[in-house]
Amino acid sequence: MPGVTQVQTTLNGEVINFLCEPRQSLLEVLRDVLGMTGTKEGCNDGNCGACTIILDGRIVDSCLVLGVEAEGRDITTIEGMASPEGLHPLQQSFLENAALQCGICTPGFLLASKGLLDQEPDADEGRIRHWLAGNLCRCTGYDKIVRAVLQVSKAK
Amino acid sequence: MEPFDFVSPSSIEEAVRTLASSGDQARILAGGTDMLVQMRAGRRTAPLVVDIKGIPELNVVSYDATKGLTLGAAVPCYKIYEDETLAKAYPGLIDSASLIGGIQIQGRASVGGNICNAAPSGDAIPAVIALGGVCNIAGPKGTRELPAEEFCTAPGQNALENGEILVSISIPAPQANSGANYQRFIPRNEMDIAVAGVGSSVQLDNSGQNFVSARIALASVAPTPVFAKEAGDSLAGKAVSEEAIQQASDLAMAAAKPISDMRGTIRQRTHLIGVLTRRTLNNAIERARGG
Repeated sequence: MPGVTQVQTTLNGEVINFLCEPRQSLLEVLRDVLGMTGTKEGCNDGNCGACTIILDGRIVDSCLVLGVEAEGRDITTIEGMASPEGLHPLQQSFLENAALQCGICTPGFLLASKGLLDQEPDADEGRIRHWLAGNLCRCTGYDKIVRAVLQVSKAK
Repeated sequence: MEPFDFVSPSSIEEAVRTLASSGDQARILAGGTDMLVQMRAGRRTAPLVVDIKGIPELNVVSYDATKGLTLGAAVPCYKIYEDETLAKAYPGLIDSASLIGGIQIQGRASVGGNICNAAPSGDAIPAVIALGGVCNIAGPKGTRELPAEEFCTAPGQNALENGEILVSISIPAPQANSGANYQRFIPRNEMDIAVAGVGSSVQLDNSGQNFVSARIALASVAPTPVFAKEAGDSLAGKAVSEEAIQQASDLAMAAAKPISDMRGTIRQRTHLIGVLTRRTLNNAIERARGG
């Protein structure tokens, strides 16, 4: 019977250690082992993007990463997005533009949008829509989300 | 997921030894975007998962204008399409790498994994076949090379034998006046599985008016990706013309042996192969002419 493994990783800027079984996804580890429930489980098979996190600077679906693969990596989740000074500009813009309703997809959209603007601060609407194709929202119809990201982008 | 053991070898020798001693009990993990989904759904089981991403040779991206490209089997898609040199040298490969899944998937999924997963619909496979890609395999008996078109043997099955891993894919250096393109048909714009797909590559003569050679490969129209050799060969030595392209697309349609399923019918898929063959050939020609 496979045992548990100790994993050291950097989570939202802090070096942490956790124990997990190899079969546990990073999503399960975040939610069930570490109690970080901001990252949401949607489809659990890589279609919906609700569990999007930033892993070494790239957005990935945390349901398709094993917890043991986090060894030595750098992870950002929704819990690491705001700062003590206040909300991240994208979070503020989502509020101002009413870019969420039920909220399940929101952490994933915020991390995916952050991943885009960190890399391409002047992403235009076409680029935003393309980039966010891996995130599903069944409430907003996407327009408000795209507008919220566009408001933070330097593309005008 | 069912419990499994996890190892992360740091060399090819270690990975081969582990895989050879585990037989069919082990499965190789690269980006995991297919494998972990299959394990979770119970479609694949493995008491041992071997993560090969820690092996240097599987992370190589080495391009030389005369020797061509060596692409490590675990290199994620984004590292291919964000590399400006590769984007210029292999636009046909970039077409594939930038439409597999969404951005999240492209952060993990590799071309090597796409080939090993051996889905008939794998978007990277026709592009690699069209570009004359070769699979570099390591195993207990040493190394061997296999043309990409011979690697997939059945849906979800590949030519790897016990203890073997796909180390890298070699793609020849682009010839002068050459171009390639991959396109698929899906009912939406992103994040879908090909109803049909075609990868084409052409080499023209210096005038840009005649074909020297061409290779065409098809997705989602047979149990494995199809190398439509006759379709490509029919263009060799011919003047670039609508008639020649039409004839190649007819031969590609003849090479397609699709089934009807929830994504499309035999008739629709065969028709799509014709359309996509013409479109990809025309795009490849335009790229070969420097367009």
